[in-house]
Amino acid sequence: MPRFISAKPDSRLIPLPWETPLAEWPVDLLVALPRGLSRHVVRFIKVGDSVYAAKEVISHLAEHEYRLLHDLMRLGTPSVEPVGIITERGSVGGIPLDPVLITRHLQFSLPYRSLFSPGVRQETVSRLLDAMVVLIARLHLIGFKWGDVSLSNILFRRDADTFAAYLVDAETGELHTHLSDGQRAEDLDIARTNLYGDFLDLKTGGLLQEDLDPMQLVETIRTRYDELWHELTGVEEFSGDELGRIENRVRRLNALGFDVAELDIQTDADKETIRIQPMVVDAGHHSRRLMRLTGLDTEENQARRILNDLDTYRWRTGQSHVDEAVVAHDWLTNVFEPVMEAVPQELRAKREPAQIFHEVLDYRWYQAQRECREVPIIEAAHGYVHDVLAALPDEEMNPELLVPVVENRRLVNPYDPSMGYVEEGEEPPHDPWEDGVEEAPAAPAVLDMSTLLKAKK
Amino acid sequence: MANVTYQDATRVYPNSDHPAVDRLNLEIGDGEFMVLVGPSGCGKSTSLRMLAGLEEVNSGKILIGDRDVTDLPPKDRDIAMVFQNYALYPHMTVADNMGFALKMQNVPKAERQERVLQAAKLLGLEDFLNRKPKALSGGQRQRVAMGRAIVRQPQVFLMDEPLSNLDAKLRVATRTQIAALQQRLGVTTVYVTHDQVEAMTMGDRVAVMKDGILQQVDSPLSLYDKPGNLFVAGFIGSPAMNLIEGKITEGGVQIGDYVLPIEKSILDKAKGEDTLTVGIRPEAFEVADKGIAVDVSIVEELGADTYLYGTLAGLSDDAKVNAQQIVARTSARHAGKASGSVRLAADPDQLHVFSNATQQRIS
Repeated sequence: MPRFISAKPDSRLIPLPWETPLAEWPVDLLVALPRGLSRHVVRFIKVGDSVYAAKEVISHLAEHEYRLLHDLMRLGTPSVEPVGIITERGSVGGIPLDPVLITRHLQFSLPYRSLFSPGVRQETVSRLLDAMVVLIARLHLIGFKWGDVSLSNILFRRDADTFAAYLVDAETGELHTHLSDGQRAEDLDIARTNLYGDFLDLKTGGLLQEDLDPMQLVETIRTRYDELWHELTGVEEFSGDELGRIENRVRRLNALGFDVAELDIQTDADKETIRIQPMVVDAGHHSRRLMRLTGLDTEENQARRILNDLDTYRWRTGQSHVDEAVVAHDWLTNVFEPVMEAVPQELRAKREPAQIFHEVLDYRWYQAQRECREVPIIEAAHGYVHDVLAALPDEEMNPELLVPVVENRRLVNPYDPSMGYVEEGEEPPHDPWEDGVEEAPAAPAVLDMSTLLKAKK
Repeated sequence: MANVTYQDATRVYPNSDHPAVDRLNLEIGDGEFMVLVGPSGCGKSTSLRMLAGLEEVNSGKILIGDRDVTDLPPKDRDIAMVFQNYALYPHMTVADNMGFALKMQNVPKAERQERVLQAAKLLGLEDFLNRKPKALSGGQRQRVAMGRAIVRQPQVFLMDEPLSNLDAKLRVATRTQIAALQQRLGVTTVYVTHDQVEAMTMGDRVAVMKDGILQQVDSPLSLYDKPGNLFVAGFIGSPAMNLIEGKITEGGVQIGDYVLPIEKSILDKAKGEDTLTVGIRPEAFEVADKGIAVDVSIVEELGADTYLYGTLAGLSDDAKVNAQQIVARTSARHAGKASGSVRLAADPDQLHVFSNATQQRIS
């Protein structure tokens, strides 16, 4: 009988056919959500309103990844939420089935295969790459060596005008107290190689915008990572009469979305030279502040945008002297909630609330420019719902939307993009290496002289 | 191609009071398949990562050929981690899947094709080069992953527990393929595993590590035949060597009521010590009239062999629970006699004697 290990069990998962290999599950239990390539069998399973990603993987890797994902959540890193592991699934033909690792499907996530497809704007690409770089740098900051950075292992979510990247696969990850330069360099090197392969593959499959050059894309990632890492951790030296540079550095880091928890400031004996280096920086400067003030859980740039609106609201309503938390509560009741109420229930699967709010602000700005007048937020919200939101595809979960359809080509298996397209009339060539694989001897149970002599031959 | 040299290479992790790798001196020959093996936390992976440039070397040096690589970034060391990425790209041909990283390094097209073709020939993948990877079996995918490392033509291959992430069937196939391939390519290879069977059946030489210290480096046969200290003696071999402690007496070592004869020249090497440890492999025992008295608790027949499991004779039932287990492998014809109490004679040519003071071999 299958055994479940879970911190937050979902009892609806228990009756599922775990004794069957994942690849053979009946399709009525699956959803063909778009996803990256994987060397394991991965399927999205639907129970009630929830969608989970299930990955069949050998025992110690399943446990390793489950624990690491928990650690990443605990450390506040954007990653998918581990739900549990199913073990002791019985065997098929005498071969025991590997455990299944379950993670929660990341709502409103946009997989890369749709994002770089023909028609994408250069600006969007640039923002996707930035999101990826921020994710890698954040992971490196907490001592996480990913080992397998690739497009397939990243999901994106909208974050105001930009994107936020999430880690979806931690199988090869290692958590250290501190990463060496060599570990970071290697992680980045793997990232470049994998991403280059990913982009080339998209290009070959007709899924990459024509004028995008894979080489240039990966070089951008490296340069931006180096710049960001330098800003986050680099040493800055200046003369004693430029003390303002300390605060500038902190402001620059805040603007990048990072809080400085510890800044090392050293002066030489005659106080002529000052040397500063951020020792501990935490991502989520704006989202943490917004969460503290309003309880809204948003991405970083959404938070930045909402905080700006909150500041404007404070000034416009003449509450500059009032405590920020009190104003925030006022804003929540008088601005945010009415905007959300203006969105009909049936349209709420199209965007996350914070993203809708951000887009309403954009809509209002354009309308105000067009009509040369101040537009009340609720009016803008109704206009946005009518003109924009109603026409958008659902992003909460929509298989058709995000699987790019390339002319006359059909996926071998809609549940597994790793298999590629159907091609007619293919007989696999004969492979002498595969002959006798079934009969290959297992590792010897006894290690003695005769085993060693045999191995030597 | 190149040899690899560790010179007093040491790695101390921050906030740790003892080195993860302590003054490692190891010379790996050009084209040699060197396996680093040892229990978890012994420093084998750290040693490999120091060579790869992933772990800082706090003191000492690492050379690849004549080049000191101690402070070089990973990508400038001319090494390849095998099986670093397994992802196969579904829209690209097998050839492109193997060679795409060369394109990124601006290797000219003709050379790229040639390198891919050569690697494919070695890996038996020639007929697959123009195919898409979707129809490949698990084993074939592994070979493509190996191909990616081969086309880079590095001076050294590094493999960190490469089989541990594979299912049982693939593990067997891949193990054989790695060994065969390394032999044909002749590229210096450093391979890390915790599995002594893997280590002993794959490596040209095996370096056994424990607590950050290199214990012994030798060919698998020599390691088995002449373990240099108590740790190696107990670690190598399955079932493990019986390590039995006894009092030094005139002409040998007293074990229970029996004196196991040991040459005086060997006993002389343990001057000042009261006890010694004698190592006897299970297959070096034979049921006999004279020998070490053992109370047999389990008799297990496996094919032509019979395994006897027991404890030294004369212990109370309570004491037996925690007592050291003695294992003997005898031919099946002795099985009849082998219940209750037996005497086990050890082949005098297969005795290993260790000092308890130094833990070192003295025979």
